[in-house]
Amino acid sequence: MTLVLEAVIFGILTGGVYALMASGLTLIFGVMRIINVGHGALVILGAYLSFALFKSAHIDPFLSLVATMPAMFLIGVVLQVVFVRPLKDNREALSVLVTYALALGIEGLLGFIFSNNLVQLNAWYETSSFAVFDFHIAYVYVFGFGLCLAILAAMFVILYRTDFGAAIRATMLNRTAAQLIGVNVDRVSALAFGIGVSTAAAGGVVFGLTNAFNPGSHYDLISRLLTIIVLGGLGSLRGAVIGAVLMLIVEDVAAVVISPVWANFVFFVILVVVLVVRPQGLYGIRVRERI
Amino acid sequence: MRNPVSVAATGIVSLGLMGVAACGSTSGGGPTAQAGPITIGVSVSLTGDFSGDGKALVQGYDLWAHDVNAKGGLLGHHVTMKYVDDASSTTQVVTNYQNLITQDKVALVFGPFSSLLTIPASTVTNRFGYAFPEPAGGGPSVFNRTPPIHSLFFVQPAPVADNLVSFTQWVLSLPAAQRPATAAYATQDDPFTQPQIDRAKSLLEAGGITTKFYKVYPVETTDYTPLAQQVIAAHADVVLLGTQEPDSVAFIKAFQQQHYNPKALIFTGGPDQGKDFSDKVGAANTEGVMVPAGWFSSAKTPGNATFVSEFIAKNGGTPGGISQDAAEAYSVGEVVDQAAQKAHSIANSALITALHSGTYQTIQGPMAFDSLGRPNGATFIVQWQNGVTVPVYPTSSAVAQPEYPKPNFAG
Repeated sequence: MTLVLEAVIFGILTGGVYALMASGLTLIFGVMRIINVGHGALVILGAYLSFALFKSAHIDPFLSLVATMPAMFLIGVVLQVVFVRPLKDNREALSVLVTYALALGIEGLLGFIFSNNLVQLNAWYETSSFAVFDFHIAYVYVFGFGLCLAILAAMFVILYRTDFGAAIRATMLNRTAAQLIGVNVDRVSALAFGIGVSTAAAGGVVFGLTNAFNPGSHYDLISRLLTIIVLGGLGSLRGAVIGAVLMLIVEDVAAVVISPVWANFVFFVILVVVLVVRPQGLYGIRVRERI
Repeated sequence: MRNPVSVAATGIVSLGLMGVAACGSTSGGGPTAQAGPITIGVSVSLTGDFSGDGKALVQGYDLWAHDVNAKGGLLGHHVTMKYVDDASSTTQVVTNYQNLITQDKVALVFGPFSSLLTIPASTVTNRFGYAFPEPAGGGPSVFNRTPPIHSLFFVQPAPVADNLVSFTQWVLSLPAAQRPATAAYATQDDPFTQPQIDRAKSLLEAGGITTKFYKVYPVETTDYTPLAQQVIAAHADVVLLGTQEPDSVAFIKAFQQQHYNPKALIFTGGPDQGKDFSDKVGAANTEGVMVPAGWFSSAKTPGNATFVSEFIAKNGGTPGGISQDAAEAYSVGEVVDQAAQKAHSIANSALITALHSGTYQTIQGPMAFDSLGRPNGATFIVQWQNGVTVPVYPTSSAVAQPEYPKPNFAG
């Protein structure tokens, strides 16, 4: 029973990390209706930026976010303007190819600069832990979950308490209608892309503290993130959070109760069941588009 | 009556054509007519899960190539190494060797990292009649093929499945009062790691050590926390883990987080990566960790001291930081060099024949291969002590006493 309780707790804590990474991905889809296949690579880029600051200036990984999040925001805006905005026809399909190409480019660049050896972010809270019942919880998971809550709270405030957030939500609901009422959808898209990418920096720090990574680590990551946002509902922030936590709890409990071999399978069975009952995901919205 | 001039001309042309054919052939039958430069092709894991090991293989191969060229080349042929990245992928490694052989037309090939990649790679090289000396594919499934492959040679002292036998012998040799009573096992579903764990488990169970936990996990696992929790929850005296470097590091960190300190801890892979491993877990947390080995930096084997000094001169670091993979790769070159000398040829068929007989001296010690390419030696156990790995068992190879119980992980 203790093992199951441990698995649930760790599922919640690590689910928060994935929620942070998935939130940016679902935000980008919600605003621009594109699947940013390069999001995993951007998470890894964020991890490497923190790694570089740690190695060169001994800056704590969490503190490095003060620099890496704004940097990644700017990178996101530039990527959107240069590579995504010019896509006019077949936008949804072409964006998959373009963002995949970006992912490969980021991977190659990181491999050239850092080599392909596995690295990991280090800090005192990575292995230090505190006792809960008769097991221990590492501080890194608690700090990561706290960071996730803080950033997600900030995103909710931006989306629901600011005019800019209203513009984002309007664009997510109906891009054409938002344009008609005077929303600069191109500017909104660029800034939303930048916000999405900046959350990848935060996710990258926690990912890098809890996993060894190299430039090729984005393949596994993007497949999990896409699964999360499909389960939660494309474009839904709340869905991304719930989907991430649910996925990690199911996997961790299945690994403990059944076997690690079946962990992923159990999750995908649940995903299929949810999509059969609710094709739009847990919190997605069914939208009918006139052709 | 036939014109004697045309008969003679025909004979001269025929002899000339035969000579040209002999000059052009380096991978089939007899020796080359002249010692021109040759290229040796290798698929290495420069990216993916095995990238750390792949880099170490390149260091070992490069150093051997440098040394053999300094002595005049491989049977007089200047050697150039050609590396292609297989991304630790079983499909890419096949493509790489096909391209190396059919498009790049390399004279020889050396093996990749891991049994997982060696199996599909050797199928390709065998099809083209290439000798396949390889440094890191020793799982039983590498040799148990249908039909059997006779062109593969695993250049380590012992078949992989026996790697933990020395550890089990040490555990069972402990006085009854000190001997562990329980053991926990977890292993990747991998042809390198699982046979070792399964063999050790059967030997320890036969010796009276109770199994508290046994689990096989997918190679693709990225989150080791639930698995580590189960190992810890078993509260076993000794833990045997079938890992490569990434998961060995993850388990150690999980054990640290949970303040779990088994009396003995051994991995099939990871702690043999020298400084790369100690940098990731922290030097203080390596103390007492064990790993099977076929080589160590201060071994009194032919050429080992020179290998170590040259490696450090070229790559920096300390003797204790040299990855075992580099030594294994270097040994591959050594056996090929000696086989070529013995056969007076670098033709693949000649090398294959030569390698199936005799004993070859390497920095890992003497080596001989059976008809399936299995070595006939034994590994020993090394343990991290004071920041370096030292052999601790069997006593014939030991330079230090095993630390038992293992010191606690640093806080």
